[in-house]
Amino acid sequence: MLPKMPKPLLEINGLKKYFDVKGGVFGRKVGEVKAVDDVSFTVMEGEILGIVGESGCGKSTTGKSILRLIEPSDGEVKFEDQDITHLDPEEMRKLRRDMQIIFQDPYASLNPRHTVEKIVGEPLLVHGMTSSEDRKKRVKELLEVVGLSGYHASRYPHQFSGGQRQRIGIARALANNPKLIICDEPVSALDVSVQSQILNLMQELREEFHLTYVFIAHDLSVVKHISDRVGVMYLGRMVELTDKDKLYEDPKHPYTQALLSAVPTPDPDEVRERVILEGDVPSPSNPPTGCAFHTRCPRAMDICKEVRPQFEEVEDNHFVACHLYT
Amino acid sequence: MSDVVLELKDLHTHFFTDSGEVPAVDGVSLTVHKGEVVGVVGESGCGKSVTSLSVMQLVPNPPGKIVDGEINFKDENLVHASKKRMKEIRGNEIAMIFQEPMTSLDPLFTIGNQLIEGLRLHEKISKKEARNRSIELLKLVGIPRADQVVDEYPHQLSGGMRQRVMIAMSMACNPELLIADEPTTALDVTIQAQILDLMRNLNKEKETAIMLITHDLGVVAEICDRVVVMYAGKVIEEGTTREILKSPNHPYTKGLIRSLPNMKQKEQKLYSIPGTVPKPKMGRVGCRFAPRCEFAFERCFQEDPELFQLENNRSSRCFLNDETEGDVTKNAETTIRN
Ligand SMILES: Nc1ncnc2c1ncn2[C@@H]1O[C@H](COP(=O)(O)OP(=O)(O)OP(=O)(O)O)[C@@H](O)[C@H]1O
Ligand SMILES: Nc1ncnc2c1ncn2[C@@H]1O[C@H](COP(=O)(O)OP(=O)(O)OP(=O)(O)O)[C@@H](O)[C@H]1O
Ligand code: SF4
Ligand code: SF4
Ligand SMILES: [Mg+2]
Ligand SMILES: [Mg+2]
Repeated sequence: MLPKMPKPLLEINGLKKYFDVKGGVFGRKVGEVKAVDDVSFTVMEGEILGIVGESGCGKSTTGKSILRLIEPSDGEVKFEDQDITHLDPEEMRKLRRDMQIIFQDPYASLNPRHTVEKIVGEPLLVHGMTSSEDRKKRVKELLEVVGLSGYHASRYPHQFSGGQRQRIGIARALANNPKLIICDEPVSALDVSVQSQILNLMQELREEFHLTYVFIAHDLSVVKHISDRVGVMYLGRMVELTDKDKLYEDPKHPYTQALLSAVPTPDPDEVRERVILEGDVPSPSNPPTGCAFHTRCPRAMDICKEVRPQFEEVEDNHFVACHLYT
Repeated sequence: MSDVVLELKDLHTHFFTDSGEVPAVDGVSLTVHKGEVVGVVGESGCGKSVTSLSVMQLVPNPPGKIVDGEINFKDENLVHASKKRMKEIRGNEIAMIFQEPMTSLDPLFTIGNQLIEGLRLHEKISKKEARNRSIELLKLVGIPRADQVVDEYPHQLSGGMRQRVMIAMSMACNPELLIADEPTTALDVTIQAQILDLMRNLNKEKETAIMLITHDLGVVAEICDRVVVMYAGKVIEEGTTREILKSPNHPYTKGLIRSLPNMKQKEQKLYSIPGTVPKPKMGRVGCRFAPRCEFAFERCFQEDPELFQLENNRSSRCFLNDETEGDVTKNAETTIRN
């Protein structure tokens, strides 16, 4: 349960990230990919905010922009009431002790020439644990916490399976007892038993240290299990955000409805009504006018093609960007 | 069904590391028939990817080596195939979707370069044709602005887009066998459904045999005919999808299914199998699952259980199926019921 007076730990206001699209012989800029296009949300201390959405809709870019691993094009990121978008690299480096990320692609994010000992121990060293004995001990501890063993410490990333690598990334993020962890698909490569072990661990850490997470994932049952609130993104924008129970019981945005109906269940007997999305996924470099979802929305109306729906609170604590509710 | 496309017979793939020999794949036998979709599930690190890399002869050597067993692809034992022959087979007769797209996408070349090269390796078509085909393939796997993405580099794509590029590549050449290692981990459910549809069509129309490695039991229920469950380098249970998901026999499979988060219930804590996988090492005796098994009895620590054949072509590597163990089995059943 959340404490009585939760404070915001992270506040995102109007976050945007546009990437240049280059083309032609001279590689000139021919357009922009609006990977994140005006996203705002708040995460309370000790809260787990889940983020789901279509592949390519800007979830990872949002996560990396929050930590300024890529520079946002516009918008404000406040961490503990401090606007961090203008901090210099040295100040940012200090802050990263409190703000960690578990990257989506473990293979690309672990240095292949370093042993696990070095990879997980590095952040400890950077933030002042100079005794190599202490580091060794802590690394061993962290590996055990994520279901690996001390003997794994001397190995290199390529010697692990996909799920084991993912857990190395988790151990590294936990190393310095951060306050906030952006988890980008942290359990996507794990079998369900190891997955439940990691999810239980994350919950325990949250209870014990009041840790806060932004939890990006596409597995909706995992997100439902772990999150307090869930945000749904589509084409660079947040389209729905509310408590997890409300979202799953009463999804309002037609995209959320389609998403929930497409979850495969492990019960071979369950028959479900599926909303199949028609039409191509639109391009973030040339997003549809009005509501970005109108090209595929089964309930689109005339106004949807022209006017972009505002992201508004349509019920208590239930935010939706859709003309059906205005 | 007699059209066996792939048959693994007692496959052993080991890694020879500084700290000793690691039997990552420790006697795996399985078959995939023409037109069949076989799911392979199991604990992280149990040898699923190494099994599939062995089929493709892509296990890094050294330190890895196939030390024993057969890999029969139709009538050919690939263990003895020449490098040249393997090159012909890969991406042509057998295609593979790798677990981590960045391991097989070259960061220095555009998506188009890589797709075009792949297409032209196997078909005599012009560069222009190959480029158009590439764009079509990207559209087929649901990638927006395909005509731009074709000129972009892997790092400019999202995780799920990279994964779909790999899927596009693997489907390009109409393989007879498709090995897909966690192909949809980075995809949201709507695109996942679309990709599963593509795979199903490939499977139905061209009778492509598919070996699908996944930890997502929902995906298994959706598309697989049969399921093979692995644990610590061995196959421990096999059966039709329905039977495995509805009435698992092996205690590990039971634990796996119990660990699933459920969208309907609101439990705070998820079940998880206690303990962790033991360090793989040579010369181990006894059931690999015994240290974590709630039904383990003395014999489990002393002997390797064989794969017991049960009715309906099912099999399970657990002594509880041994009829001579009457008492133990009964006890275990009462425990399960409680
Ligand atoms: N470095 C980059 N340069 C150019 N475009 C980029 C870059 N990184 C991401 N993009 C583009 O931004 C968009 C959003 O990508 P992002 O990785 O944030 O998606 P995502 O929601 O995390 O998707 P997934 O679920 O597939 O991981 C995509 O269209 C992608 O092509
Ligand atoms: N190059 C290597 N050197 C030493 N050990 C290795 C090497 N590659 C893999 N292994 C080991 O082999 C075992 C099997 O790995 P594999 O990648 O097949 O697992 P997996 O079943 O695919 O797991 P996951 O679901 O996590 O992807 C693991 O214990 C891993 O640590
Ligand atoms: S605004 Fe219109 S197009 Fe957009 S989701 Fe709502 S109904 Fe559909
Ligand atoms: S053989 Fe024994 S230890 Fe192994 S799964 Fe069966 S009961 Fe458990
Ligand atoms: Mg991503
Ligand atoms: Mg693997």
